[in-house]
This record gives sequence, structure tokens and C-alpha cells, in this order.
Amino acid sequence: MTSCPKQIVHYMHEYLDGDIREEAKQELRFHIETCTDCKKHFAELKKTIALVQSASHIEAPAGFTAKVMALLPREGKKIGMERWFRNHPFLTAAALFLLFMSGGFASLFSQEDNHFAFTKNSELKVENETVIVPAGTKIEEDLFVKNGNIRIEGSVEGDVTVINGERFMASAGNVTGEIKEIDQLFGRIWYEMKSLFQ
Amino acid sequence: MDLIVQRRIKQVIKGDQNAFGEIVELYKDKVYQICFRMLWDRHEAEDAAQETFLKAFLNIHTYNQSKKFSTWLYRIATNLCIDKIRKKKPDYHLDEEIAGTEGLNMYSHLASGGQLPEEEVESLEVQASIHEAILMLPEKYRSVIVLKYIEELPLQEIADILELPLGTVKTRVHRGREALRKHLRHL
Ligand SMILES: [Zn+2]
Repeated sequence: MTSCPKQIVHYMHEYLDGDIREEAKQELRFHIETCTDCKKHFAELKKTIALVQSASHIEAPAGFTAKVMALLPREGKKIGMERWFRNHPFLTAAALFLLFMSGGFASLFSQEDNHFAFTKNSELKVENETVIVPAGTKIEEDLFVKNGNIRIEGSVEGDVTVINGERFMASAGNVTGEIKEIDQLFGRIWYEMKSLFQ
Repeated sequence: MDLIVQRRIKQVIKGDQNAFGEIVELYKDKVYQICFRMLWDRHEAEDAAQETFLKAFLNIHTYNQSKKFSTWLYRIATNLCIDKIRKKKPDYHLDEEIAGTEGLNMYSHLASGGQLPEEEVESLEVQASIHEAILMLPEKYRSVIVLKYIEELPLQEIADILELPLGTVKTRVHRGREALRKHLRHL
């Protein structure tokens, strides 16, 4: 084998890779027919490949997927909401557009406009940007206060929603519906969008 | 399959973890196999395979969707294994072990894994020798041999996975085959 052309072994590998020129292939074939050492070498290489390919294929252990899934980070509530916005860009855009068009919410997007607004109801009193449900009165509708506070001394048969403000409840005060306080821009958008799609 | 995978990946990017579960199901055996042939140890292979999927999940945004997903995934797996091999190199010189004990290790190994109960002892021995021969390869040859002959991937794809020039991959396959031949020719 010491007298063998240097390139013969290289040709063997090219042949095994299925990437050999025709002349090289002829040279390899001719040499192997006449040289027992190289013939043996080539046979050993082919046997090696067959052995490695016969290595038994193994499968992932039982329960593998469940273990991987348990490793994944939990999705937080906030992430869920942000993802919702990210995943529904069209709905988000449509909702924002509607909010703009409805006019009432233009104030959402300019910090300077802290325009005080609330549900018009003749029973309500207003003092220094605080809406008061006087003691002894009974409001039979949902109340909505934006950029202001609400003090409930009487009773409200409906929901009370306060955006960018605070709610004070007297001991005698009573609200039959839901009380919502929303003071983050994000939360306000979320609130408006939820009501749009309900 | 590629189409399903691409669809699932889009869902994963959108935050759907269940879609990722389907991807794990599709690739777990391949990834585990790469890790097992690279690392020898079942537990380490399982850890490495789990880590591969976790990394893939966390970095899914860096995956280029115009490229083959498996190439990207196998790259994570091989890089992880190569890292692990380098970190604990002394343990991997099997030549230093007393002749004969490796085979025994391999037996208890396979037995504890619950694989191949129906296989004959003789073929177990052959399997053990093959596995050892692969493990004796330096890691740069081992990765190409595992990808070429265990995973049966084309050379170009191996070059993509390992981010090496095709010529380098060919050279490593050639050297890897020669090294294996020295260990396996007497079988
Ligand atoms: Zn010769």
C-alpha cells in the first residue's frame, strides 16, 4: 500500500460521498482490482458505514414533551393582554379608530386634556370635580365618571365606573352593580375595547 | 410536513404554547438521538434535548422562516452537546477505561433504559462497540458522523447546521470514517 497512488484513499471517500468524477472512479476501480491492501481498506470503510448506520435508532424517553412544556415560561396575565394587542393589530387599530371617531375619547390621547365628564343625572350633585350621590337618593342607572371622583352616600342600582379618579364610599352608600376603577391609559383602552366587542 | 411546521411556528411566535408542543412531538426523537449519540449518557441526553427545545422556544424569533426549521433546531442541539463535551472532557476518554468494562456499562445502560429487551446479546455487543467507536471520535468528527450516518442528512445540510464550509464537512467526514474504520474493522 506504500506504493499506492496517494489519491486512491481520497477517491474512496469521494466515492462514498457519491461525489466522484468518472475518471477518478475508473482509476479507483482499476487500482482496487489489482491491490489487495486497498481492496481491504475500501471494504472496511463500507463495512464501517454499514455498522454505524445499523446503530439502533432510539426514541426520546416517555413523557418527554410534557417535561419540555413544563419548562416553558408561564404566560402572565399582562403578557397575555399585550400579546392580545400584538396579535390582533387589526382589531386594535379598528378599536382605536372608533374611539377617535367617537370623539369622547380624544382626551385619552392628549395628556393636557383632563376634561371632567360624568353621567348626567338630575339627582347627582357636583363639588370640585367630585360627583356626589347624596344620602337618601337612589340612582337607577349606571354611573360613569371620567377625570374626577365620585362619593357615594346614597345608593346606585347599577355599575359605577371611575376613570382617572377616585371613589369614596360612605358607610351608608350602596352600589348594586359592579364597581370599576380604571386609571391606566392601557387599562382605559382595554376597558373601551372590551365594551366595544361585548 | 414542512408546511405544518411553518404554520405551527407562526402560532408559537404568536404565543401559542400548544403549537410548540406539536413541534416537540415531531422532532423529539431526532433531537434526542443526536444528543444521545453525542453524549453517550441517557440522562444527559434527555437534559440536553430538553434544553434544546427550551432554547428553541425562547429564541424562536431569531429563526429565519425562509430556512429549514430542522437545520436551525439541530444546530442548537449540536452546539449544546459540543459545549457539554468540552466542559466535561476528561470523562469522555473511553480509551482510558479498562478494556471490557465499557461493554458492561453499555449493557446496564441499555437495560436500565428499557430499550431492546428483545434483541440478542450478540447484537447488543455490536451495538455497544459501534456506540463506543462513535464516542471515541473527537467531537468535531463525531458531530458530522452522527448527522451523516445516524440522522442521514445530506452533506450540504450538515454544513448549514454546523455553519461550516462544505469542504470542511467533507474532510471531517473522511477523517471520521477513517477513525471509525480503525475501531470497527475487526468486528
Ligand atoms: Zn493500493
